[in-house]
Amino acid sequence: MTVTAAFFYLFATITVASGFMVIASRNPVQSVLFLILAFVNAAGLFLMMGAEFLAMILVIVYVGAVAVLFLFVVMMLDVDFAELRQGFLQYLPVGALIGIVFLLELILVIGAYVIDPNLIRTAAVPIPSPEVMTNTEALGQVLYTRYFYFFQAAGLILLVAMIGAIVLTLRERVGVKRQNISRQNARTPEEAVQLRKVPFRHGL
Amino acid sequence: MESGDILLAVAIMLGKSLLMLVALLIFIAYALLADRKIWAAVQLRRGPNVVGPWGLLQSFADLLKFVLKEPVIPAPANKGMFLLAPLVMCTLALAAWAVIPLNAGWAIADINVGILYIFAISSLGVYGVIMGGWASNSKYPFLGALRSAAQMVSYEVSIGFVIVTVLMCAGTLNLSKIVEAQNSNFGILGWYWLPLFPMFVVFFISAMAETNRPPFDLPEAESELVAGYMVEYSSTPYLLFMLGEYVAIMTMCALGTILFLGGWLSPIPFAPFTWVPGVIWFVLKASFLFFLIAMVKAMVPRYRYDQLMRLGWKVFLPLSLAMVVIVAGVLMLTGSAPGMR
Repeated sequence: MTVTAAFFYLFATITVASGFMVIASRNPVQSVLFLILAFVNAAGLFLMMGAEFLAMILVIVYVGAVAVLFLFVVMMLDVDFAELRQGFLQYLPVGALIGIVFLLELILVIGAYVIDPNLIRTAAVPIPSPEVMTNTEALGQVLYTRYFYFFQAAGLILLVAMIGAIVLTLRERVGVKRQNISRQNARTPEEAVQLRKVPFRHGL
Repeated sequence: MESGDILLAVAIMLGKSLLMLVALLIFIAYALLADRKIWAAVQLRRGPNVVGPWGLLQSFADLLKFVLKEPVIPAPANKGMFLLAPLVMCTLALAAWAVIPLNAGWAIADINVGILYIFAISSLGVYGVIMGGWASNSKYPFLGALRSAAQMVSYEVSIGFVIVTVLMCAGTLNLSKIVEAQNSNFGILGWYWLPLFPMFVVFFISAMAETNRPPFDLPEAESELVAGYMVEYSSTPYLLFMLGEYVAIMTMCALGTILFLGGWLSPIPFAPFTWVPGVIWFVLKASFLFFLIAMVKAMVPRYRYDQLMRLGWKVFLPLSLAMVVIVAGVLMLTGSAPGMR
């Protein structure tokens, strides 16, 4: 299929190029925007593989929520990025060293990659064909039965992280005027309105 | 597939999309006029009545006015992104209509994850706002953009839960099948607005907040804030922002029609009414929702920002979360969940 191949190369090229631009771009806001472009194109690649649910979830979660937070933080940070960039080259050897170490590890891992045949037999869940069951249904069937406890554990970890973040940043401030809606609704004209006779030239 | 077949398929797809867009934009031109007329009628004014008979050409005159004006780009603005932002907003809003089924089998792309697609597209709309506010490179648009983005993100959460409750009842993510799931012998009483009435209300209010409609139009509260993130915009870019906003409102009306009002189904399920083409019912229902939104604009005063956030996070989020649990529980107990029938 030439059309499929063309679309694959289009999405793949844009993903890689925008991934490069994330680290190459001078402006951090532009970096985040390129990151979003990379996410969207990755979603396109998912779609081409028939993983429609994953593609949509990638866009909703990463682009619609996570990247918005990134953008918020980056836009509101009061950091002079031009100044930050000046010392860029002096860290280059360290960065390059870390990069080489990771590359070597990757090569070692991929080079010696063997799947345990026993593992395949235990993990092989028959994959239903797309005609019988939609992508979403198939994922749900596996996620809520076989991997139920892992799924719950992942949810709990996120919950703990969320509560931790709230606890770390929550502080009670005194002397702030806040609206208490239930108290406001409970007020009656008897306690809220006073009818006073104002003496002439005296005021209250 | 032969290359000729591919070309033909592409041409048919383009033709369908073009037809949909033109119909949608003309409909929106008149929805805009209706919006202003309803607003005027509530305030005992006449509304736009000069251009064309009964002001019918007002929206087109406005379009010409915006397009013929000079676009002003502020000197310190980031030019590329400044012009990209309204385009993003408008294109994304229009892209949502690719999956909306106007009648049985009338969607341009009848995909299995249609509802997720719409949710994803509407969650991307916030980028137009942020980019516009940031690229203007001035204080007020920036603050307006932050406000607006926070508002849009907050209400997406409750809309997500509302959609989850509908999905649990329908058992599918495909928009056409969600409509089909509401097809019963009870007609209007069998649609999801009745059993899920609290969720319908939450959806309606969240849709207004999500699309920055009054009473939640804080980003562009004309009387106090000028125009929020759009302050620096003029002429065609401004038009694109406004157009994107109205398209998003129509998308929400269409989504409400599909999720709660039975899409193209006839409200009375016997002969003379079922002969009416489904698309007419769809447009009538979507217009009814738009009418409600227009009435709310005319009648309800604007929320304060902290009240808006309180409503979203402290009222709607717990309510919709509880409803997800309740609906799931009821479906399990009565054994009427889609997978159990």
